[in-house]
Amino acid sequence: MSDASPVTPQKPRLLERLPGLIGALSASPFALLMLFGFVAPLLCVVWFGFMPPKTFSLLQAPTLENYQTIFNQTYFKSALWSLGLASVTVVILLVICFPLAFAMAKIFRGAASFITYAIATSLFVSENIRLFGWVIGFMKNGVVGGTLSKVLGLQIDSLLYNIPVIILGMVYVYLPFMLFPLVLGVKMVPDQVREAAFDLGASRWQVFKKIDLPLAMPGVMIGSLLVFVLSVGAISEAKILGGQKVVTIASDIESEFTYAQNWPLGSALSTMFIALTTVVVFFALSRFDLEKLLGKKPSE
Amino acid sequence: MIVTRTQKTGFSFYAGLVLLVFYFPVFCIIVASLSKKRFFSFPYTSDDMTFKWYNDAINSPQVHDFVGVSLRIAGITAVASVAIGFFSALAYARYRWRGRQTFQRLVLLPLFFPQSVLGLALLMWFSFLDVTTAWWTAAIAHTVWIAPITTLIISIQAYGLDESLEEAARDMGATRWQIMRKITIPLLLPGMISATCFAVLLSWGNFALSLYTTGADSALPEWLYARMTSGYQPMVPAVGVINVGVAIILVIALFAIVRWSTRKSRHSTSSH
Repeated sequence: MSDASPVTPQKPRLLERLPGLIGALSASPFALLMLFGFVAPLLCVVWFGFMPPKTFSLLQAPTLENYQTIFNQTYFKSALWSLGLASVTVVILLVICFPLAFAMAKIFRGAASFITYAIATSLFVSENIRLFGWVIGFMKNGVVGGTLSKVLGLQIDSLLYNIPVIILGMVYVYLPFMLFPLVLGVKMVPDQVREAAFDLGASRWQVFKKIDLPLAMPGVMIGSLLVFVLSVGAISEAKILGGQKVVTIASDIESEFTYAQNWPLGSALSTMFIALTTVVVFFALSRFDLEKLLGKKPSE
Repeated sequence: MIVTRTQKTGFSFYAGLVLLVFYFPVFCIIVASLSKKRFFSFPYTSDDMTFKWYNDAINSPQVHDFVGVSLRIAGITAVASVAIGFFSALAYARYRWRGRQTFQRLVLLPLFFPQSVLGLALLMWFSFLDVTTAWWTAAIAHTVWIAPITTLIISIQAYGLDESLEEAARDMGATRWQIMRKITIPLLLPGMISATCFAVLLSWGNFALSLYTTGADSALPEWLYARMTSGYQPMVPAVGVINVGVAIILVIALFAIVRWSTRKSRHSTSSH
């Protein structure tokens, strides 16, 4: 065609005129990855949950058998254990991390970044190695037991394989996920507002309750949410530190896939689990604007 | 803020305590890695100390295999997730487009998702596609989980990107590709470098995703887990310590890069 030449220089201009297209194009590799590696596998799980038990094929007539099994047996118990352990972990972490986050955001200067790096480093070490450190510390004749018997002549048995140790493991592993959002949250509390409150005669506790906590709420929410979701799905803590004391939903799912070789039942369990976490995450995220937290540079 | 000395001391004491407890397990592993005994018990004298397990770990062909698999997975994951993260960060923080808000909400979703379930889901998906799982399927799994993180890290840098520089280049007749190569990429480079470090480290330590998606190949965290739950070897804490050491070195490098890049960008903005 003879009038092809005026069309060619139009092409970049088309891109300029449609900024929406550039954004969508830039987002597309990520979107494709998520469609292939996140959405499709999840649909696969949901669909597999409706397959007859003990099959490995997705092409059978759908059935509700797996869901009946779940409600008739004791699987809800492990779900409750998971929810309970996760809630306790969140509460303990809030109590431990808030003062630390406050100090890091408002009081420390150089030390704050030192603490940040010291704690962030742990994220890169495989969770299992770190949990194994507690095993060496707490086992019979371990670092704690051995020291106690040497120094105080106190013979103690293994401190492992009970519920407090599982909670300790979770608190330990998920501490960074609570601490860092909390630091961001506390940084959002303006100093002037706190000082004004103090000048007007508010007590320390009143300032905390009426100013610090509400203004740092986005950080509190994100931290709690992250920790809750991560620890509901936790598997290693209960296995490495807890022995067989408690069966969590994640280890139920794992054993259906490995020992029991019952993929459909495992999938049905996963589906319920996914539904639960998605509801929690969506509910919480819809109430807070993440961009505000990330885009707003904390004042230094 | 006015801070009294007692307040500062109190908070410092508290922070020190938290850090001490936090590093207690690492200390335990170091102690265990130096014990000569086949079965660990504490305390031991200096006669019972040895570096033998480190020697064994470094020379074990088995460990070499696992390190090789982990390295391959980490390498591919880093390249793929930083490349994808670069573009999605632009979509996240730089361009205004319809669907941006939805995108921003959905980007982080995989992070809030239990990794063990994601690993299982991918295992089923690969089996449905008739793909035999191996180290490269694990790299796909890691990328799904790490790409949101690299997106986030690069986005933070992209928020600080001065749009007028791109516009000025365009006004002077630069093509889209030239703008990308000469302005956008150099300005986002510090973010991309730290994203690479994060991607390598997070892939290196990942257990839950690898467990289901490596197939016949095995990554280092899988081997460590198997040896911890059954068949303990004194080499295990030594491998663990080496792992921690590598992580610490990488974090220090990361810290240096971030320092260097912030100083550089402060320098360049002040000279405008």
